[in-house]
Amino acid sequence: METANLLLYTGVMALVTYLIRMLPLALIRRKIASPLIRSFLYYVPYAVLAAMILPDILYATRSFWSAAAALAVGAGLALRGQKLIVVAIFACLTVFVAELLLGIV
Amino acid sequence: MNQRLTFHKDFFQGLQDGIPVGLGYLSVSFSFGVMAVNMGLPVWSAVLVSLSNLTSAGQFAGIGLMVAGAPLVEMVLTQLVINIRYSLMSMSLSQKADGTMTALHRFLTAFMITDEIFALASQKEGQVSRYYMYGVGLIPVVSWTLGTLLGAVAGGLMPEALRSALNVALYAMFIAIILPTARHSRPVLLVILLAGGASCFMRYAPVVSRLSAGFAMILCAVAAAFVAALRYPVEEVEHGDR
Repeated sequence: METANLLLYTGVMALVTYLIRMLPLALIRRKIASPLIRSFLYYVPYAVLAAMILPDILYATRSFWSAAAALAVGAGLALRGQKLIVVAIFACLTVFVAELLLGIV
Repeated sequence: MNQRLTFHKDFFQGLQDGIPVGLGYLSVSFSFGVMAVNMGLPVWSAVLVSLSNLTSAGQFAGIGLMVAGAPLVEMVLTQLVINIRYSLMSMSLSQKADGTMTALHRFLTAFMITDEIFALASQKEGQVSRYYMYGVGLIPVVSWTLGTLLGAVAGGLMPEALRSALNVALYAMFIAIILPTARHSRPVLLVILLAGGASCFMRYAPVVSRLSAGFAMILCAVAAAFVAALRYPVEEVEHGDR
């Protein structure tokens, strides 16, 4: 594929993605007054992240079971209020160990 | 607090928060680099895509269209559908931005709104300054680009077992961000169960599973947050129950 074409596609892709990210942040300059919208926006991060975790995490590794184990361990640690980095490390270790036990090389 | 102190504290706090995200990004962008070169893109092009887009699903889909020589309209629509979730995050951040986030800095920091960076910014107590945004974005942006380069140049060097394990790091981070609040707040727990349940439904149920993943996600998130907002309005968002 020629260089000009690669640049054109990359440019279009980047521009669309950037505008989506930029417009709301740049245009909404005031605190929104409506209690309903404020409440909605308060819950958005939890809703977005939850919808992103499930069910995708189950397919992130080489085996459904190693991912399910990581989900259980991660959720358990997070519910006990462990730090982000601790939860992340133990989830990764769980996958590693689970795949060893499952005999996936 | 004076400007200089805030800068110092927020910037370094951001840098520190960004480290685990950067590690996770290395692994994901590494796979992207491997895949891009396998599909026939030159190394520089794969790196440029990562540097200018800073998004996972959108890029994976985008280079497919690029290589296929798809019409540009299709590229625009694909990116819109996959990445529209960022507008929701951007809207949420607009309410969390403090006075240091002037127009110029909103233009610049908006580039760094990814799932993970948004997650970190939203878990920060109180408001978010531009210093924090730049700090938190720096390492992930560098890792994302660097990982792509490494994958494109040296694909296959990283053992499969290690990559598989690193793939859950980002999800684990999301879990660590949302669940601690759910312990103390019933409405937040409800939101998480609703959104997660709806998302599973959209994946496995007939017909709706044909919707694109990005679009399905936004539907689930909007529905769950809206139900909770109606049922449990939050009095003071900044001083909410986090």
